[in-house]
Amino acid sequence: MNFSNLLTNYEEAVAVILFGIGFSNLLLQKNLIKKIIGLNIMDTATYLFLALKGYITGRKAPIVVDGIQKVEAYINPIPSGLVLTGIVVSVSVTALMLSLTIRLYRRYHTLDLDEITTRLEKEGL
Amino acid sequence: MEFVQNFPFISIILSLFSGPLSSILDGKKAKRLNLAVITIIGAMSVAVLCFVIRTGEPYVYRMGHFPAPWGNEIRVGVLEGVMAVAFCLIMLLCMLGGIREREVEIETSKQNLYYIMVNLLLSSLLALIYTNDLFTAYVFVEINTISACGLIMIRQNGRTIVAATRYMIMSLLGSGMLLLGICFLYGLTGQLLMSNIQEAVAVLAKTGQYHIPLLVSLGMMSVGLAIKSALFPFHGWLPDAYGYSTVSSAAILSSLVSKGYIFLLVKIFYRVIGFDIVRDSKVINVLFVFGISGMIMGSLDAIRAKDIRRMIAYSSVAQIGYIYMGFGLGTTEGVIASIFHILSHAATKSLLFISASGITDVSGKHKDFFELTGAGYRNKVAGVAFTVGSLSMVGFPLFSGFISKILFAQAAVGHTFKMLPTLIALALSTVLNTVYFLKTVIRIYTPVPKKELEEKNYVTITMKEQPVKSAALICFIVLNLILGLFSQPIVTLIENGLKMFA
Repeated sequence: MNFSNLLTNYEEAVAVILFGIGFSNLLLQKNLIKKIIGLNIMDTATYLFLALKGYITGRKAPIVVDGIQKVEAYINPIPSGLVLTGIVVSVSVTALMLSLTIRLYRRYHTLDLDEITTRLEKEGL
Repeated sequence: MEFVQNFPFISIILSLFSGPLSSILDGKKAKRLNLAVITIIGAMSVAVLCFVIRTGEPYVYRMGHFPAPWGNEIRVGVLEGVMAVAFCLIMLLCMLGGIREREVEIETSKQNLYYIMVNLLLSSLLALIYTNDLFTAYVFVEINTISACGLIMIRQNGRTIVAATRYMIMSLLGSGMLLLGICFLYGLTGQLLMSNIQEAVAVLAKTGQYHIPLLVSLGMMSVGLAIKSALFPFHGWLPDAYGYSTVSSAAILSSLVSKGYIFLLVKIFYRVIGFDIVRDSKVINVLFVFGISGMIMGSLDAIRAKDIRRMIAYSSVAQIGYIYMGFGLGTTEGVIASIFHILSHAATKSLLFISASGITDVSGKHKDFFELTGAGYRNKVAGVAFTVGSLSMVGFPLFSGFISKILFAQAAVGHTFKMLPTLIALALSTVLNTVYFLKTVIRIYTPVPKKELEEKNYVTITMKEQPVKSAALICFIVLNLILGLFSQPIVTLIENGLKMFA
């Protein structure tokens, strides 16, 4: 195993570790709000990863100022565009999840998905 | 450029915009708009399919006429055409088959919301079929998830909200993995258009560079889509979501939504990574193992189920297992069999869901098996339709399920390691299918004394009372017979389509 790459690309490693944290939170937490927080951590980690991929050290955001039009002066703008699209998607799914959580809370007065399931079985619905 | 070539783009846009339009219409008008849109898009898809068959080669439609690495593209070949036609047809029949249930089960003020979701779902399915851009595919995967969630929770009781929540959680896990996989691939290749990625990946594979990241990316995309399409260990959300939503939703979810993701996976295998590289990786072996275990475990769960809707839902798990097993074989024949099974399962499963609702209608809305006794006599069309669907799932000759089973078996023959497990799993799963499907068929054709029926106040429904549903069921039966009896031209089409696909 060569760990030197891990040190040079430590930002990507951080992004993937964050993704793992978010993923396991979304999967394993019982509390619905914590699940949603996990979802947001997971999505943010992906955006961190994308933004890192687009960044080139020493270059600037691709907005033409001072008349510099050389490609070499700017970072890659596409990942930033992808991050924006991703944020829109993540906002909408978060909103949907939150609205579902509100529905469940109003009905069952708990945020624990397992408890809701056991209560449903008791109801015999 | 001919006018027909615009149709894929027009059909995506048409369904996308008819969604928001439905929000200002009342329920009845929204329903008519929805049916009209599906019909028009179906007709346009047929025209596109005919055009592609005539020219014999795929074409690329550039959005906004930007050249390759910058613009967004639609790419249409025979396979995409076949899928679009099949999806439109099945969606139309599902919507027709569940009209009455929707009127009863959905609040009047929320009727039009249902059609927003259906239109958005159709547009995202079409976009998944046609798009040639990986990130666009991701965005439409999310639209697909959101609208599918809406379809589940539109019928409001505690069960459906919990089912929708579970569905969302699993789907979000899946799409998170898919997104990270796409980001890895973008980092490796610097491209987002599928054909360009394939060129870059081919170079990487030749030089052996970035072997592990490529494998990780492929694995993440495959597992993400497998979670979303309810492959065996990730199917926990499925029985509730299919079992308690309104019948059109259940039919559409089982027959179309999961198939959209699977089709995207085929696309990733063939067009993004290249099938040779996928075959050499070990990812398909994982899919193979999960597919086979799904075939067995899904059937066992279905035998244990006490509720007819949940039984059909668990049977879906088994059938998704078949499809992944076909991919896992790693041969073109296997993939052809899987794609045929996508069509055959879509036609059969929606038939089963809709006929099951016909059967429960005449049994006082009970879904337990015991209450269904003799229902085949009380609702004749639904009884016959359920029998046809069951026989097709079991793999009785004449029906579509038989053809897909024989294709899977043929694809497995000659494979060094995977032949024996595949054939054993096929045989075992067929026996298990027979147990739970024919058990139900025998149950619904067991006569009940008239006195008991009158005591329970069970009604009889004739064809005239439910003309639309009966017509939809008959169309499904005919579709099944067509897939079963005239399979050769369809298989040839799929074969040609796959050749054009790469």
